[in-house]
Amino acid sequence: MCVAHLASVVQRSRLRNSMADNLETTVAFWYLAIAAVGAGGLMLVARNPVHSAISLVIVIFHVAGLFVILGAGFLAVAQIAIYAGAIVVLFLFTLMMLDMRRLPEERVTHRQIWLGIPLGILLAIEGVVVSVGTPEISASIKGAFPPATVSDLGGSTQALAVALFNEFTLPFLGASVLLTAATIGAIVLARRVEAHEQADFPQAAEGSSPVETPAEPALEESAR
Amino acid sequence: MMLNGFLVVGALLFALGATGVLIRRNAIVMLMCIELMLQGANVTLAAFSRYLDDQAGFVLVVFSLTVAAAEVAIGLAILVALSRVYPVVNVDQLDSLSG
Repeated sequence: MCVAHLASVVQRSRLRNSMADNLETTVAFWYLAIAAVGAGGLMLVARNPVHSAISLVIVIFHVAGLFVILGAGFLAVAQIAIYAGAIVVLFLFTLMMLDMRRLPEERVTHRQIWLGIPLGILLAIEGVVVSVGTPEISASIKGAFPPATVSDLGGSTQALAVALFNEFTLPFLGASVLLTAATIGAIVLARRVEAHEQADFPQAAEGSSPVETPAEPALEESAR
Repeated sequence: MMLNGFLVVGALLFALGATGVLIRRNAIVMLMCIELMLQGANVTLAAFSRYLDDQAGFVLVVFSLTVAAAEVAIGLAILVALSRVYPVVNVDQLDSLSG
């Protein structure tokens, strides 16, 4: 009886470890959660867009840490490679190309702030209430990949691959088509109009250099 | 239970991103705030996937990363193309279509 009880306790604690509920993961979770949300808040209040981009990198790294706690190491690496390595670098390149110093400063207070902040707080309260009220997941609705199956397959990356290349093959191919279309679209949108093509675009042909066409205020005055 | 903690983090990141889209007027920072909203959704998807013993949420995070990359590429290309004509990034000044 005592041995059976001990065995059940050991089994339960092992189960709890597999559910990522022990002390180290709890501490790591709290650190990652507070740092991610705090960096997200810093991103909102930073005046300089470069500081916002750096805060976004901090959020991305801490969310990658949360993915590690959730047992998705591949997603954490993909998150850092794609977000921190590609997306934020793209943001920084664009900030560099647009040359923010020539542009007028962003006004901190405008009329939308008085509606935006209460709505944001309302959304946060709503989300937290729903999240805290989410009931514990019963065993009857659990999926086909319990921790034992995942370790039998050889790890979380293999389990992800099994799902991705069996059940989700068609969406995967669709994602590759989307990326190709986005690449072509970005190149077409961002390229300069060449001189011999300017006959097709009369507006672009008016100024000698498209960069130095009159700014918005001049356009507004001519409209008035 | 740990699931609720992850859901709270996801909800807070999403709400922060939505607030940023509403209160910031710099188009590039607004795009970054959309990325923050996607991060919140990713945390929620991954947490549910982990605690439901299912891989579909993780796969959806992979697709979300793909869509985020495509969205940022197109969004920033539009901004670069726009900045050739109107050198402003404040979205309140881009009102030529409002009549």
